[in-house]
Amino acid sequence: MIEFRMPSLGADMEDGVFVEWRVETGARVERGQVVCVVETQKGAIEVEIWDAGTIARLIAEPGQRIPVGQAMAIVAEEGEDRQAVAAAGVAAPPAPPAAPAAPPSPTATPAAAGATVVSTPPVARPAVAAGLPPRASPAARRRAAELDVDLDALAIATAGAPISVADVERAAAAPPAPVSPRAAPAAAPSGPVATPAAGPGPEEAMRAAIAAAMSRSKREIPHYYLGSEIDVEAAHQWLERYNAARPLAGRVLFAALALRAVALALHEVPDLNGQFADGRFRRSNAIHVGVVTSLRGGGVVVPAVHDADRLALPELMASLRDVLARARSGRLRSSDLADSTITVTNLGDLGVETVYGVIYPPQVALVGLGRVLARPVVRDGAIVAARTMTATLSGDHRVTDGLTGARFLSALRERLALPEAS
Amino acid sequence: MTAPPAAIRQAVIDSVQAIAPEADFAVLDPRRPLREELDLDSFDFLNVLIELHGRLGVEIPEADYAKVGTLDALLAYLAARLDAD
Repeated sequence: MIEFRMPSLGADMEDGVFVEWRVETGARVERGQVVCVVETQKGAIEVEIWDAGTIARLIAEPGQRIPVGQAMAIVAEEGEDRQAVAAAGVAAPPAPPAAPAAPPSPTATPAAAGATVVSTPPVARPAVAAGLPPRASPAARRRAAELDVDLDALAIATAGAPISVADVERAAAAPPAPVSPRAAPAAAPSGPVATPAAGPGPEEAMRAAIAAAMSRSKREIPHYYLGSEIDVEAAHQWLERYNAARPLAGRVLFAALALRAVALALHEVPDLNGQFADGRFRRSNAIHVGVVTSLRGGGVVVPAVHDADRLALPELMASLRDVLARARSGRLRSSDLADSTITVTNLGDLGVETVYGVIYPPQVALVGLGRVLARPVVRDGAIVAARTMTATLSGDHRVTDGLTGARFLSALRERLALPEAS
Repeated sequence: MTAPPAAIRQAVIDSVQAIAPEADFAVLDPRRPLREELDLDSFDFLNVLIELHGRLGVEIPEADYAKVGTLDALLAYLAARLDAD
């Protein structure tokens, strides 16, 4: 018997609101299959299962707020009797609150079966509540700020459709609604358990998640910061030749080349790659690079590109493209968010020239890549124009010193000077 | 093959909105850098070009990126390419 539990999608996640099942009782599931959707502060996440088997019983119901680690379903393993496993129920709930005195009968309602499940009224929000911030253009956003229009409320009113300047202006002209839709559930009786049904909208929730992680980082991690200008002219020229022979869909962006160079440089400086937990650093052999991804409409998510050092350049590009597409469309999976060992920020090339990032706990380093621009550089005693970028490293001083960070930036420079090797 | 300007413009709008649904062409300045006007990073821009290729059959090489920096420039470039084909 396997308990399929609410996953932890980051150090600060305590619980998630169950949205829907993607499987039925009796269905066969494979390792890595998406079986349900859970709403978190990072948006709606498709949750994968990591054991093969047959779904014996579905416990979680839409709208329930479920703590991390609590069973959401019972899965029968190969050779087990599904009915018997379903009847056995949740033997030992991992979450602290008391288990039911008697094993729940298979006919018990899911809410009653899992005593630790805090029932919340179904969240009566339209599709936009799937965790994404409102989709609005920069112009619409500016206009909304000028006219003091609540984009969250407007997104709900438009059921998540993209918001234009005209929408904002219409909303500003209309009389204010007596109660914002999101606040409405607060007025309704919410049963015996105080629930966060009238909780923050998706944009506020994401803001709160970022605030929690960054506050913890600045409270706990003594950062040091290093920066170095790196000549990336050779890397760009190599990439232009590489792409010239390839169709659009096969083109590789500099972001992927840079990400691979970061991953390979970490081989030489492994003390920047891992997690700090329970008072000590655990180095990771695998290199899972979290990529800071800005969402249209505000907020960021940091999905991981797994084993970035082991992927050949085209595979890394494909992996990066997939994960960014999932992030942008609000369809991230639990594995995308679970286990980064380092973070890279500002792969977006419209950004600033230099970024000194805040480390995402429990990681111990963050690499910042600035905007690539043609700048004057000295080569063989002469000043020439070359594309350069400022790479920075934010390091955790509990784990490494500036010397380690300097070695990393030096290794990164060498990798980018030899793009065909990276 | 010659395509009417309105059809090319609509193909561009559809391609951009497939990637950036909130893109508002009514307020966009066609003479300013397109990617900055619409917040398109390098991934978004590549995806827009893939969409455009699907709609118009024109594949824009990296070497021509400097010629398609604004909406006006992109429309002129596409019209010229479609005329030449």
